Amino acid sequence: MNPANYLILSALLFSIGTVGVLVRRNAIVVFMSIELMLNAVNLTLVTFSRINGTLDGQIMAFFVMVVAAAEVVIGLAIILSIFRTRRSASVDDVNLLKY
Amino acid sequence: MTHATLLAAAGEITSTSTGEAAVFWILAPIAVLAAVGMVLVRSAVHCALLLVANLFCVAVFYLIQQAPFLGFVQIIVYAGAIMVLFLFVLMLVGVDSSDSLVETIRGQRLGAAIFGLGFAGLLVFPIGSAIDGGSAKGLDAANEGGNVQAIGRLLFSDYVFVFEAISALLVVAAIGTMVLGHREREGGRVSQREWMRRRFTEPGRQVTPLPGPGVFARHDSADTLGLLPGGGRASGIGGIPGVPGAADEPGAADLPGGRGAPDSPDTPGAPGAPGVSDGPGSAGPGSAGPGSAGPGGPRGSGGPDGPGTAGGGATPGAPPPPAPTDGAAADGAGGADPVDANGSALAGAGKGDDR
Amino acid sequence: MRVDPVLLAATEPGGHPIHYAAASGVFSLSWLLIVLPLAGAAVLLLGGRRTDRVGHIIGTLAAGASFVLGLVLFATLLGRDGDDRALSQHLYSWIPVNGFQVDAGLLVDQLSIVFVLLITGVGTLIHIYSIGYMAHDPARRKFFAYMNLFLASMLLLVLGNNFLSLYAGWELVGLSSYLLIKFWEDRPAAATAANKAFYMNRVGDVGLALAIMFMFATVGSTSYADVFGAAAAGVIGYGTLTAIALLLLLGACGKSGQFPLQSWLPDAMEGPTPISALIHAATMVTAGVYLIVRTGPIFDGTQAARTVVVIIGAATILIGCIIGCAYDDIKKVLAYSTVSQIGYMFLAVGLGPAGYALGIMHLLAHGFFKAGLFLGAGSVIHAMDDDQDLRRYGGLWRYMPITWVTFGLGYLAIIGFPGLSGFFTKDRIIETAFDKGGTSGYLLGSIALLGAGITAFYMTRLFLMTFHGKPRWSAEGPDARHPHEAPVSMTGPMIVLAVGSVFAGGLFVLGHSLQDWLEPVAGEGVEGVHTFSPLVLTLLTLVVTAGGFAGAYLRYQLRPVESVARPDAEVSLVTFAARHDLFANTFNETVAMRPGQYLTRFLVWLDLVGIDGLVRGSAAAIGGLSGRMRRLQTGFVRSYALSMLGGAVLVVGALLLVRAG
Repeated sequence: MNPANYLILSALLFSIGTVGVLVRRNAIVVFMSIELMLNAVNLTLVTFSRINGTLDGQIMAFFVMVVAAAEVVIGLAIILSIFRTRRSASVDDVNLLKY
Repeated sequence: MTHATLLAAAGEITSTSTGEAAVFWILAPIAVLAAVGMVLVRSAVHCALLLVANLFCVAVFYLIQQAPFLGFVQIIVYAGAIMVLFLFVLMLVGVDSSDSLVETIRGQRLGAAIFGLGFAGLLVFPIGSAIDGGSAKGLDAANEGGNVQAIGRLLFSDYVFVFEAISALLVVAAIGTMVLGHREREGGRVSQREWMRRRFTEPGRQVTPLPGPGVFARHDSADTLGLLPGGGRASGIGGIPGVPGAADEPGAADLPGGRGAPDSPDTPGAPGAPGVSDGPGSAGPGSAGPGSAGPGGPRGSGGPDGPGTAGGGATPGAPPPPAPTDGAAADGAGGADPVDANGSALAGAGKGDDR
Repeated sequence: MRVDPVLLAATEPGGHPIHYAAASGVFSLSWLLIVLPLAGAAVLLLGGRRTDRVGHIIGTLAAGASFVLGLVLFATLLGRDGDDRALSQHLYSWIPVNGFQVDAGLLVDQLSIVFVLLITGVGTLIHIYSIGYMAHDPARRKFFAYMNLFLASMLLLVLGNNFLSLYAGWELVGLSSYLLIKFWEDRPAAATAANKAFYMNRVGDVGLALAIMFMFATVGSTSYADVFGAAAAGVIGYGTLTAIALLLLLGACGKSGQFPLQSWLPDAMEGPTPISALIHAATMVTAGVYLIVRTGPIFDGTQAARTVVVIIGAATILIGCIIGCAYDDIKKVLAYSTVSQIGYMFLAVGLGPAGYALGIMHLLAHGFFKAGLFLGAGSVIHAMDDDQDLRRYGGLWRYMPITWVTFGLGYLAIIGFPGLSGFFTKDRIIETAFDKGGTSGYLLGSIALLGAGITAFYMTRLFLMTFHGKPRWSAEGPDARHPHEAPVSMTGPMIVLAVGSVFAGGLFVLGHSLQDWLEPVAGEGVEGVHTFSPLVLTLLTLVVTAGGFAGAYLRYQLRPVESVARPDAEVSLVTFAARHDLFANTFNETVAMRPGQYLTRFLVWLDLVGIDGLVRGSAAAIGGLSGRMRRLQTGFVRSYALSMLGGAVLVVGALLLVRAG
């Protein structure tokens, strides 16, 4: 088996995550899809780290994880405060900024 | 071919061990299936569980790719902490906020499919064509003194400033979360009793959480109101006091017959469960109510007229609606004791719940 | 093109070089002539209500100061040699554009000083008169401000040493005339009359403007000295010269109410009577005569234009006389008499250098007696509660003796009673017309003679219907009238003007005093061969005048006058035509107004549909497009995300394509 198969897998996961962001309306599920995309990217980084024989890719993936954690915390807080005022967690309900 | 050159530059690609290949070919389909399932399942909790499965798979991939540190971090931080956070928020928002898979934005789903497939194709095929039996350098040399030690050495030497910046980011995120989550309390401390009183007496206040995104009026429960196809909210619980806003949605009139057909003779004031509809299409006038509410057959005629007024009929202080048009009033118990009505509404909801 | 203030010589047709000596001494103050009334106007207009109580005093003092200064200048001029009396004062460089240098400068010479005296003198008198006449008007301050503005404008007109200054003054008098005609702007008739005057003056002003442009195009300068020098030296071709002269004449006709632009002047009588006296009788309307005399060197070079001047003058005499007989409105009759008297002046100045001085002479005399007549009419109107209809007057001499006497003297002066000013000046014009010789001379002389007769007729009619006969008003009843003599502030100027009407003519004519005075400017009146001996002609004129008087006396004194005019259906065709201004208004409306209106409507339509359509159409197209485009902004974050993904796919695809290629 070739290590590049990991890359194909991560490409697939990334695309699926993208579609998830596009079709789901629950903000939390959208967030989970984004996490999925980040994971796919991390997998790519780790694979390239292995292919190149350096640890930089892993370091990068580590940073992505940390940033993702911070982002999740903030994002969920935003979702909560929106839910608190609008009583809805649908991304389609937050559509005042339009024509 | 960009990937070809990239991979060629990476050095010779060795074929991985058989064990690794076996793990990959077992776990990769699971990861993909879990991801696809995430997109497809309705319930957000299921979604979260599928994501956890996916994360575990990816963690295993990290482990077998000579990245044990990341693999365990993935499991501990991602699958552990972050997913718990997700579930926690899900519980706060409401577990019932299951997502409907009915799309409301025209062309969104088609566009997502086309572009998603196109994107995947664009990413996958160049990579696939680049896989021609080369070899990877491997991390044996880099992980000489242990993966964690090597990463730690890098983190605190080459990447120390990035590391510090990321730490600052984490602090800011923590503070930001507190700011976002903080609510100023006006006046004194409010007792739980007072909260409850307010919840049911303040005008215009929604007692229940709003329906989950894309939840259509499949049932009429007290805790989760259905969405009407027009975008409005189903008038909901006819008997529940303190829901004046229930009937104020223009969309409420879109569902005549979907309501007002009592499913049981002994639940006065409760609209009961209308026909269990699978989506907007089946919420047509009169098609669901009388048709599916077999027990309520005799009073089914009151259905078509009643939807708008059924919700407001039992509201305290509101004048009793015209008797002939109100199914509840026709029953002789319209405008009855709110508590009673509330209870019966809940009972009705329980019966009508298709879950 | 700078006018050399020291010695600017342009050759005069007669060959006499004219010297524009530098203004020095008291003459360097000549700008004050204009500035004094202008300052008065500024103070009154800017001072607002605060100057309400002293407005009339300030205005009158400004005019009086200007008059005194004019007198001083005149006296100083008298003390100078005849050839040394034209003084040019360079004030400042007005338009210093490369290749187009215009200096603001003043020219005090024999002609302009005479006008200065007339304008400021009569102007001051009328200011004094207005104090009484406008005593009860709430806007009296504004009235005096406008009058001062008019004086300043008129002085600028006559004092400028180049055509541009003249043009500025020309337009400014038009403005002040407009402002004063519509002084009672709440009267629709006054507002309409002001507009009419303004429009018809525009027609003439365009002529003047074009003439000035022609001058600049051919001579390269607008100063009098350069233009006249070029005209006299024959630099300007005959055709161009004729064109310039005719355009100048058009301007003169517009301002002076001459045929074919005469119909605004009678309507201008809607203004307050002092205005009719000052602007529309004595001064502004004579600006046309001034223009022709001033541009004499140009007219001298083109016989054709001169012939047109004469024809216009003669035609206007008759038109004014005939219409004057038909009106019953005292001011309109006087207005048409003004038209006709200016016709005499045009006739005179059209006859060439021989007539220039005569025209000016008649102009001055006319300034006195016509202003006096108007002031008298104002006094009568004042006494009769603003009634202007002759047919409701009668027997007023008993009630307002001073007015009667002063008006009577003016009346005698205008019909040419022997010894009074009109007698001298008009007779000389008739005589010069006959002296032109040939058929045209006879024709012009006869017209002038006939005009004198008709003038006698309608002025006698006016006088008799106003002051004599049985009263056609009553002192009782709802329409009661209580005629009374005007206050002294009104009668004073009337008396002064009456004295002027009596003696001015004699003063000017005897010993050729005015002719000699004007000779350096107007040229030497050549004593041609007399067609008739002056004595015979004087007698003839007297006979004709007496005939006119007798006719009016028989008709309006010996026979009773109806207090209501006969309706149009019962009068003769001539009277009918005369009552309708010889259809001048109809003519103007058909020839000028209607086509213009249709053109305007067409242009408006073109503007609305064509140009606006284009502009609005493109705006609407863009607006509509935007209205559709903005629908893309649905507010759904997922739609935006989809667009982003699409963009990403495109970018990645493009990158791969480029790499693959």
